[in-house]
Amino acid sequence: MPDTQLSPGAIARLEEIRIAAESAIDKQAALGPDVDITRFKTVSEQQKIETLESLQKQVKETVIHSGFMADESDRSASYFQMDRTPIYERVQKAFDDAIEITSTEDALRLWPEEMIEKYWWRAVMPDKDKYTALVALHQTEGYFIRVKAGRKVEKPIQACLFVSESNVSQNVHNIIIVEDGAEANVITGCNVHVDVKEGLHAGISEFYVGKGAKLTFTMVHNWAADFSVRPRTGVVVDDDGVYINNYVLLTPVKSIQAFPVAKLVGKRSTAVFNSIVYGLKDSIIDLGSEAQLIGEGSRSEAVARTVSMDQSTVYSRGRLIGRTNDCKAHLDCRGIVQSAESTQWAIPDLASEGAPGAELSHEAAISPIAAEEIYYLMTRGLPKDEAVSMITRGFVNIDIPGLPDVLRKQIDKAIEETSKEAM
Amino acid sequence: MTSELPGPLLVIEDLHVSVGDREILRGVDLTIQEGETHVLLGPNGGGKSTLLNTIVGMPGYRVTGGRILFKGVDLADLEIDERARMGIGIAFQRPPAVRGVRLRQMLEVAARGEVAEDAIARLDEELNLGHMLERDVNMGFSGGEAKRSEMAQLLAQMPDLALFDEPESGVDLDNIAVVGGAMNALLKGEARISERTRAGLIITHTGHILEFVNADVAHVLYSGRLACKGNPLDLIEEISSHGYDACVECKLCQTLS
Repeated sequence: MPDTQLSPGAIARLEEIRIAAESAIDKQAALGPDVDITRFKTVSEQQKIETLESLQKQVKETVIHSGFMADESDRSASYFQMDRTPIYERVQKAFDDAIEITSTEDALRLWPEEMIEKYWWRAVMPDKDKYTALVALHQTEGYFIRVKAGRKVEKPIQACLFVSESNVSQNVHNIIIVEDGAEANVITGCNVHVDVKEGLHAGISEFYVGKGAKLTFTMVHNWAADFSVRPRTGVVVDDDGVYINNYVLLTPVKSIQAFPVAKLVGKRSTAVFNSIVYGLKDSIIDLGSEAQLIGEGSRSEAVARTVSMDQSTVYSRGRLIGRTNDCKAHLDCRGIVQSAESTQWAIPDLASEGAPGAELSHEAAISPIAAEEIYYLMTRGLPKDEAVSMITRGFVNIDIPGLPDVLRKQIDKAIEETSKEAM
Repeated sequence: MTSELPGPLLVIEDLHVSVGDREILRGVDLTIQEGETHVLLGPNGGGKSTLLNTIVGMPGYRVTGGRILFKGVDLADLEIDERARMGIGIAFQRPPAVRGVRLRQMLEVAARGEVAEDAIARLDEELNLGHMLERDVNMGFSGGEAKRSEMAQLLAQMPDLALFDEPESGVDLDNIAVVGGAMNALLKGEARISERTRAGLIITHTGHILEFVNADVAHVLYSGRLACKGNPLDLIEEISSHGYDACVECKLCQTLS
């Protein structure tokens, strides 16, 4: 935490955050099953490492499933947090003057006044619910990424939040700033060690997309079957800024509930949410997104594809709120239920608040793969299971910009496996 | 692919087929030799599409009697895809749209593997596929586009027996010529019968497609049976002037037992 040289204004603001958080520490979230946060101890300290190659083989193999490359090939910068410790932070030489990557607590130490004034709990409220309160009061680091004005970094920046112990909560606070005219492609993976059973990941993410800037943010979740996950994300997009959010969940989880909010305050700002979700085992998955269309000419699109198996329950939500006359947004969520014991909800939600010119629309559908489509592919010589997997792959094959190849292959593999089970 | 097997390519014996509780085919006998192109005529509801769908192996078409032999093998226990891999192909009248599966992928499926770019280019040239290749198959295709897409898939598959369900329906004259040209290429219609090996069975109402494809023999499927057979153009003329009811009674037809 920052030292004593803080301005009175900054001190007052930190105090405000603390008081707000304390008031909300028992406040249940509006959505998702309630998690007893008192059951978990905070994650432990770990040793720093010199190179990612020195990570345990098993860890490397786990994180690669979320697109994290231990050899840092085709990556511009890396952040690796093990439990509560940022064990590795590095910017590749070519991008030294373009990217800053560190832990959020270090960022707060380095630039306290700027952080507190502009970015610290500005896009997510600390008293939203018990999970935001938990992070505000017992933060265990998180990543800070800043891409400097005008710098267009095509190579992905990778961040990994890893949990190696059971019965702990990892309470991270992440901040990404893409300054005016800059571009960044961030891939984050959240993973747990194969031996980890129960636990909680509470992750606050605050993203700031500057004027004419672009942030492509891809998040892959790779949790354990007894893990509870409560991310809270707020994104603020300035004039002509573009925010693209890609989310992929292919493994079982006890429960996850997330509802990222993009505030399109800038003129002609854009937010796009793409998600591919597989509901497996008895996972309870409650995901959605909200776009607040505030700036004149703002646009948003949300595309969700969900396939649910086993005894899983999946909620696919989407909310569009038009607050300016010149705005346009569309939701497209489709689901396939592949098990008689699985439940899916598609819940689109549109509002025009004092904006008679707002154009908001949605398409939501839950339906099986049509038998005639399967037979059609079979008449060309494809066996039934391959026909089902090809159609399912097509179903989730939404155009996701910036999705790494390794993820595309991972998605294909999951489809292949689940299609065989569904036969 | 040239079949080395002796005997007819397709033999249908006393075939009875029901859809739901209704018997649609009531004893169909048909033999198609290698290299032959047959035409199937008949009134709507007479069972023409039922016959094609039964040969292909579509579920819902229940064989209650008789059998179908393809290359000497009884098809009864074979799945749709097994029949396709044996060499049976079909161009549907109204193929379903498949979201997320592009025509290019369908061509790869039909060809059982990657299709070389020059092969795609030839199909594109012949059938004017253009942007259709990268579109979801049949999704928003016009009538003509759907037929051209079906033909492209058959040309990629190169089946020994090609079934065509009303290849000219809902298609303008330009497209009929394109589709007919592709059918000809598939069936090698210009070669002499003795040199051809691929066989075809074409459902047509109007006979327009026969301006582009040389067919050897036509059958009239009437009330669930093949009522007569004869020269395709003669039969079509007879039907268009006197109707099906008169046709099945007429002398041009060689009434089948």
